[in-house]
Amino acid sequence: MTAVPAHRGRRRGAWLRRNLHAWAFLAAGVACFALFSWYPLVRGIVLSFQQVNFVTDAVWVGWDNFRALFDDPLFFTAWANTLEFTGLALLFGYAVPFVVAVVINEFRHLKGFFRIAVYTPVMLPPIVSVLLWQYFYDPGNGLFNSILTGLGLPASDWTQSPKMAMISLVLVSTWANMGGATIMYLAGLATIPSELYEAAELDGASVRQRVRHVVLPQMRFILLVLLLLQIVATMQVFIEPYQLTGTTNPDTITVLVLVYRYAFTVNNDFGLAAAMSVLLFVVLGAFSAAYLRLTRDKD
Amino acid sequence: MTLTTVRRPAAVTGPPPRRARRSRPARREPAARTLISEADLNRGHRRVLYWAALTAMAALFLLIFLFPLYWMITGAMKAPAELAEPVPTLVPRAWHPETFAVAWERLDLGRFLLNTAFYTAGVWLVTLVVDVAAAYALSRLRPVLGKLVLGLILASLMLPADALLVPKYLAVVDVPIFGVNLVDSPWALWLPAAANAFNVYVLKRFFDRIPGELLEAAAIDGAGRLRTLWSVVLPLSRPVLAVVSIFAIIGSWKDFLWPLLVLRDPQAQTLSVALSRLAMTGYVPQNEMFAALAIASVPMIVIFMIFQRGILNGLSAGALKG
Repeated sequence: MTAVPAHRGRRRGAWLRRNLHAWAFLAAGVACFALFSWYPLVRGIVLSFQQVNFVTDAVWVGWDNFRALFDDPLFFTAWANTLEFTGLALLFGYAVPFVVAVVINEFRHLKGFFRIAVYTPVMLPPIVSVLLWQYFYDPGNGLFNSILTGLGLPASDWTQSPKMAMISLVLVSTWANMGGATIMYLAGLATIPSELYEAAELDGASVRQRVRHVVLPQMRFILLVLLLLQIVATMQVFIEPYQLTGTTNPDTITVLVLVYRYAFTVNNDFGLAAAMSVLLFVVLGAFSAAYLRLTRDKD
Repeated sequence: MTLTTVRRPAAVTGPPPRRARRSRPARREPAARTLISEADLNRGHRRVLYWAALTAMAALFLLIFLFPLYWMITGAMKAPAELAEPVPTLVPRAWHPETFAVAWERLDLGRFLLNTAFYTAGVWLVTLVVDVAAAYALSRLRPVLGKLVLGLILASLMLPADALLVPKYLAVVDVPIFGVNLVDSPWALWLPAAANAFNVYVLKRFFDRIPGELLEAAAIDGAGRLRTLWSVVLPLSRPVLAVVSIFAIIGSWKDFLWPLLVLRDPQAQTLSVALSRLAMTGYVPQNEMFAALAIASVPMIVIFMIFQRGILNGLSAGALKG
C-alpha cells in the first residue's frame, strides 16, 4: 500500500529535480532575452502608439506618432537617403568584392596576403576608419584633394558637398567592410568542383562563358544570402553620417540617425522614435525572415 | 555598416553550422581548378600577363587597404606644421614618435583603453557563461518549456539589431521587475550582449552532436550536471567556444552606437565613443588624433594577427554552411 505512492513520489521528485536543475542553467539566459530582446520588441510596438515623458503616465495617442512622421519632411529624406546609401553600398560593397574575389581566386600566389589585406580594415573599430577618412576628405589639405590637385584634377568638397556627401559615406563604409564579403565569396569559389571547370573547358567554353555558366550558377546561393545580409546591414547605417556629416544634415540623414535624433537629442520624443523604429523593423524584418528561411531550407 | 559589422555575428558567420551535407561533392580545400587552367596560364605570353596582373593587384591592395594605415601611423609622427603643408609628404621629414606618449597623456587614452578592455572582457565572460549554460540546458537537460524558449530565442534572430534601440535603451534605464537603472554601469553592455540568439543556437547545435554515451559515462562516474558540462562538454567544444569568443570580443570592441547611448559619463566611455566625442567637440591636433586612432587599432590588429586563420575560416565556414 505504501510502496506505490512512494515510488511515484520518488519519480515525481526526480522529475522536479531534473527540471529545477535545467532551469537553473537556463534562467540567466532567459532573463537576458526576456529583458533585452523580447520585452523591448513588445515595448517598442506599444511605445509607437504612445506619448511618453517619463514624468506623468504614458498617454495612448493611436496613430498620431505615425501621422507626425509623415508630416515631417525629414522622414522622407531619411528614407530616400537610406535607400541611396543601400543602393550605392550594394554597387560598391556587393558587386565589386565579387569581381575582386573572382580575380584573386585565379592567382596562384599571395593568396594569404590578399585575404589579410582586404580584411584588415574590417578589424579596425569603425570610428577609426571614419575619423581617418575624415582627414582624407578634408577639403583644405586632405589627402584626396592633394592627390586630385596633384593630378591636375578639380578638388572636391567631399562630405561637405551635397552631391558628394553620400558617396563619401559609402566609400568609407565600403573600405571598412568589403573584406567580409570578399572572404565569403572566396570561400564560395573554393567549393566549386573542378569537374565543372574541366567539363566547360572540354566543351570549349571561353573564360567569359565559364563565368556565366559555371561560376555564377554555382555561386547563386551565396550571392543571394550576401545580398539579403548587405541590405539589412546597410539600411542600419549610423556611424558614418553621425560622425562625418552630423545628425542634422538633410543631405545624409538616414533612418537610424533620425531615430537617434527623435529620441536622444532635443525633443526626446521616444514615441516618435519608436514609430520610426517599427517601420524600419518591418522593412528589415522581411529581409531577415527571407534570409533565415533561405538558409534553413538549405539544410 | 555592411554585413561585416561583427557586432551582429548572425550576419557574419551566418546561421549555424549544421551537419547536413550539401548534395554536391564535399568541399575540397583550395579548388584544384579555377576559371583559367594551369596549362592555359603557362602558355607563352600568358605567363607574363599573369605576373603583370598579380603585381598590379597586389599593388592596388597595398595602396587601398594598407596604405591608409601607413598614413595614419606616419601621420602621427609628423610635426603639426608638416601635416598642415598643402603637399603632403610620403615619409615624415622629422620623426616625432613622442606624439604617441603626448596623445596618451593629453587625451587620457589609458583610461578609455582600460574601459574598453574591461567592457570587452566582461562581454566575453558574461556571454560565454550565460549562453553556454542556456545552450547546455536546451540541448541536454531539456526542461519543460525548453522548446518554447528555444523557439522564442530563434525568433529573435530575425530582429534587426538596431531597430530595437529605443525600447532596449528604455529597458536599460529602468530594468523591468528589478527597477534598476543600468546607465553608466558595465552591466548595460554585458547583459544585452548575452541575449545573443546566434550564440545560443550555434552552441546548442554543437552540444547536440556530442555523443550521449560520453555524458552518460560521466553521470555513471558520479559527475553532476555542472561537472559534466565543465569536464566533458566544454573540452570537446573548444572550436565552437573559440568562434563564439572571438566574435564576441571583436563585436564588443567595435561596438559604437550602444555604448554611445548607455555610457553617459565621459569618464566611463569606451575608446570609440571617446574618440568620436573628442573629434567632435574638443580641439585635438591632427598628429595626436592619428596617434589615438593607431592606439585604438592596435589591440584588434594584434588579435587579427594571432587568430587570423580562425577569424577568416570562421567567416568562410559561416558563408558556406549558411
